[in-house]
Amino acid sequence: MAEASERTLPTRIAGRLDKLGRAAVAAVAEVGLGGALFAQSVFWMVLGSRRAQPVRIKATFERAMEVGIQALPIITMMSVTIGMMLAIQGIYTLRVFGAEEQVTIGVGFSVVREFGPLITGILIAGRTGSSLAARIGTMRISQEIDALQVMGINPVRFIVAPALIAMMVMVPLLTFWADLVMLAGAGWYISVSLGMSMAAYTDRIIDIVSVGDVMHGLSKSVLFSILITLVGVINGANVSGGAEGVGKMTTRSVVLAISAIIVTDMVFAFITTR
Amino acid sequence: MSQAAHAEKPVYQRPDLTGATPVVEVEKLVTHYGEREILHGIDLEVREGEIMVIMGGSGSGKSTLLNTLLGLLHPTSGEVRILGEHLHGISDVERTKLRQKMGVAFQGGALFSSLSVLENIMLPLREHTKLDLNTMRIMARLKMQVVALDGFENLMPAELSGGMIKRAAFARAIVMDPRILFCDEPSAGLDPVVASAIDDLILSLRDAMGMSIVVVTHELESAFRIADRICVLDKGNILLIGTVEEVRASTNERIQNLLNRRTEEKVLDPDEYLRNLTAAND
Repeated sequence: MAEASERTLPTRIAGRLDKLGRAAVAAVAEVGLGGALFAQSVFWMVLGSRRAQPVRIKATFERAMEVGIQALPIITMMSVTIGMMLAIQGIYTLRVFGAEEQVTIGVGFSVVREFGPLITGILIAGRTGSSLAARIGTMRISQEIDALQVMGINPVRFIVAPALIAMMVMVPLLTFWADLVMLAGAGWYISVSLGMSMAAYTDRIIDIVSVGDVMHGLSKSVLFSILITLVGVINGANVSGGAEGVGKMTTRSVVLAISAIIVTDMVFAFITTR
Repeated sequence: MSQAAHAEKPVYQRPDLTGATPVVEVEKLVTHYGEREILHGIDLEVREGEIMVIMGGSGSGKSTLLNTLLGLLHPTSGEVRILGEHLHGISDVERTKLRQKMGVAFQGGALFSSLSVLENIMLPLREHTKLDLNTMRIMARLKMQVVALDGFENLMPAELSGGMIKRAAFARAIVMDPRILFCDEPSAGLDPVVASAIDDLILSLRDAMGMSIVVVTHELESAFRIADRICVLDKGNILLIGTVEEVRASTNERIQNLLNRRTEEKVLDPDEYLRNLTAAND
């Protein structure tokens, strides 16, 4: 018995190393696939018309409606809430120093540079990223992607490119909207709590927040939109095993997209603030 | 009543295909899934105007063969020529052009759930032609009449029955007037009446449009009814290519097992079983 366990120990270690290696290779392959998908999408956006296979405006518009307009209510509601929450926490913290009036500085910077893009990205990853993964996964299972290929229609041009364009346009617009609504929510609480007028609050925010700060947040949101789309597409395309497989990959897509957004946000903040 | 209905059934003549040009040529085709070899050197030829049925049990490799013929799987070695062109050796642009001469009716229909029946059927026209919308609609409606689906253009795929989905898939597959039509399990999952109607549709498409048709199926009744020739696949090898009569008359044990729906009997040797078990534990 002891001999048996001695014999199996190296085998077990080798097995675990093998698993780890395979997982690492699979992760690198997924990143590579993401890059290839992005490059192909850009190719079809730019050269599709020359190859008589343009990216369809109607499909792009439909995706944009789905990503943008239909997400407005949830983005608005969450943004007002988070804006108020930032104001509440800011006033509570600054009260220690007797500097409640300075809350606008913290709110202004944190909303346009961090919370606006981050919260919008996370909400879109949960809403649109998951629906993209589920849609592509279902299309794969029902052979719709095979059907596109045998009809001579490039699936990247037909499915991925419209979604990517829609996301790259709508996520920054939603982020800008979220910035405005968050600032309004925070402003309402600050005006009620500190007796500052909305006009004075708005003037202070305009003084503090520069165009560069807004652009910092918006450029991050473009990156997030690309990440959410690619993660959704890759997970959808890797679906196997029927409806259960679609469910698993949809969950994986949301988790991976949110993780990617947070890590990218940190790296972006680190690089741009040095 | 049933006799009258029987009498009304159209009679299809098997065409004389001697000297007909091959439209699909497969030579020494080997295909792998990962490290597992599925097709072990297949040779096959489909002639112009012919209905070739690829038949075999589960795991025989018929779906792999179909996917390789459609260019969805890349073969490890060997050649597939469609209308004289090397399917796997041409550029993407050339392959796209070649695919416009091929139609495919998938087993589950593969209709796009976000598009109506008419939009599904019009899709290849929208993507590959510069026709105006009205002309495309007229062409799609004509094909819907061919498959007896007229009047259902505005329904969504989820609102169709199994038979209607197959018909819509056929309409989409033939909307570009392809020279070759591939059908994956066209009558699978349908009741006998609808399955027979789909068989009639395949035969009428060949007769009316002069298409060459490749059908993959495990439905014996359907295969015998529509086939000009049958290719019997077993474990990645071709057992026989021949007419319906030749297949029926075959003395090959595996073919007879398939025709009589018999499973392979494996005699278990207790000594060998124990030896294998001991070896596995070692």
